[in-house]
Amino acid sequence: MSLDADAVKKIAYLARLKIDEADVPVYANNLSNIIDLVEQMNAVNTDGVVPMSHPLDAVQRLRDDVVTEINQREIFQAIAPKTEDGLYLVPQVIE
Amino acid sequence: MMSQKEMKKYHEKTIAELSTMLQAGEVTSVELTQYFLNRIKAHDGRLNSFITVTEELALAAAKDADAAIKNGTAGPLTGVPIAHKDIFCTQGVRTSCGSKMLDNFISPYDATVVTKMKQAGVVMLGKTNMDEFAMGSSNETSFYGAVKNPWNTDTVPGGSSGGSAAAVAARLAPAATGTDTGGSIRQPASMCGITGIKPTYGRVSRYGMIAFASSLDQAGPMGQSAHDCALLLNAMAGFDEKDSTCLDMEVPDYTAELDKPLKGLRIGLPKEYFGEGLNVDVEKVIRAALDEYKKLGAELVDIELPNSGLSVPVYYVVAPAECSANLSRFDGVRYGYRCENPVDLMDLYTRSRGEGFGAEVKRRIMVGTYALSSGYYDAYYLKSQQLRHKISDDFKNAFEKVDVIMGPTAPDTAFNIGEKSDDPISMYLSDIYTIAVNLAGLPGMSVPAGFVNGKPVGLQIAGNYFKESQLLNVAHQYQLHTDWHRAIPEAFV
Repeated sequence: MSLDADAVKKIAYLARLKIDEADVPVYANNLSNIIDLVEQMNAVNTDGVVPMSHPLDAVQRLRDDVVTEINQREIFQAIAPKTEDGLYLVPQVIE
Repeated sequence: MMSQKEMKKYHEKTIAELSTMLQAGEVTSVELTQYFLNRIKAHDGRLNSFITVTEELALAAAKDADAAIKNGTAGPLTGVPIAHKDIFCTQGVRTSCGSKMLDNFISPYDATVVTKMKQAGVVMLGKTNMDEFAMGSSNETSFYGAVKNPWNTDTVPGGSSGGSAAAVAARLAPAATGTDTGGSIRQPASMCGITGIKPTYGRVSRYGMIAFASSLDQAGPMGQSAHDCALLLNAMAGFDEKDSTCLDMEVPDYTAELDKPLKGLRIGLPKEYFGEGLNVDVEKVIRAALDEYKKLGAELVDIELPNSGLSVPVYYVVAPAECSANLSRFDGVRYGYRCENPVDLMDLYTRSRGEGFGAEVKRRIMVGTYALSSGYYDAYYLKSQQLRHKISDDFKNAFEKVDVIMGPTAPDTAFNIGEKSDDPISMYLSDIYTIAVNLAGLPGMSVPAGFVNGKPVGLQIAGNYFKESQLLNVAHQYQLHTDWHRAIPEAFV
């Protein structure tokens, strides 16, 4: 399977990654090779095989629905790129 | 004239030995910690194995450890200095994961592994270099530059825990922590001539360990010997409420079975691990190690893992798919790298991520995004999870006939820096023997077994679920009869 430049740009957009125009052909080539490698999977028939979700078939643990976290806003916002009055700042979204 | 104390070469000692010396009062933790900090200062310029050295914190922790030893509250690891892979969150200390994205990230909390080590009295020397977000097999994808292999500084140390492996091999730290998603403890351990174990999936908490592929990631110790790994795993393993996949099972004393004789041990040799692609000289070293096991009373049994050839393709769906989801949290809003002057929110997301991640991370995010995108899920992710079941069944069948499985950890010794960096596929194939163990969630080890042209070769030992004690026993018995694990690279003696 070969991915063209448009496919790479679309994937990059879905992944929210800015890719330089000049790098698109390199990514197209690398990604196509990786997809080719991955498609070796098709050599084996897996009809009826149950997909593995956990190596030990463990199930999700449940706990009581009680508050376990304390408010640590100051600590967490101390490492944020931009905050004001306890809020995270981003470029204006709504006109 | 040097005093007797100055002439002591603490770096030639294992943790087990250092622990005895600390308890006996022959050395203090402050002296040991200063000794290794000095070694890092003197030698790491040639290796680049550390991203951050935490000198002040280390000396303060060492002082506390000495007090604990004095007042009789010390455990076997109290006062022992080690290094943590920079994937583990350390409160108040930069936790970069080898990425520009987290270059400015001072973690507000400790990973459970770090907490447990602190509780055991272990002293942290610093944070070791690694492939960016643990994605790589050579340590060349780190934002902080490549790590060099102490056995030959033209070559890579392996990856992704390459900084930990190089630091331990050069004895800049007596041991280190690592993580293994597709071989990231075992492959660098093999290439640097040290001992490392990846425990059963769920054995060690993943809380605070920056996630790459959550269904595969597992932390483990990297050290000079199986005995040291057992001591460290005793402190690392155990249930943690904060990791929903961590298993609530009792942790045995991993040193308890070390001395068990190996008579009657059945060792499975998968024919798929001794075929095409394996360097013939590496094979000779592995066969010699197997002969040693025969002398110890073990029986060699030929086995088959028919689906193991699909491990690499399966892995390059599962790991990228999970990484694309995990790494979506890095958005330039709450922490980590943010691009300059974003014009709008989309620009902030795409440029922060585009500039903050390196090429390999971007490749894997894109492969994962593609595999999970609408219309492709069944063909890729579902298919890979079905094959994972088949790969896992192969092991299940094998373990009905044998106790452990052995083979080479990697198909070749350490390759040159730059040799594979432009060819992702050839890089991926260096994990061809380690990946299946992760896909099945089994424990696996790498043990130094000899050299080819001065470069270390590792023997891989895989076991059944929760058989870490057995793996460590099997490795320890070999190390009682060989001294490959005692070898130190000439430039660092």
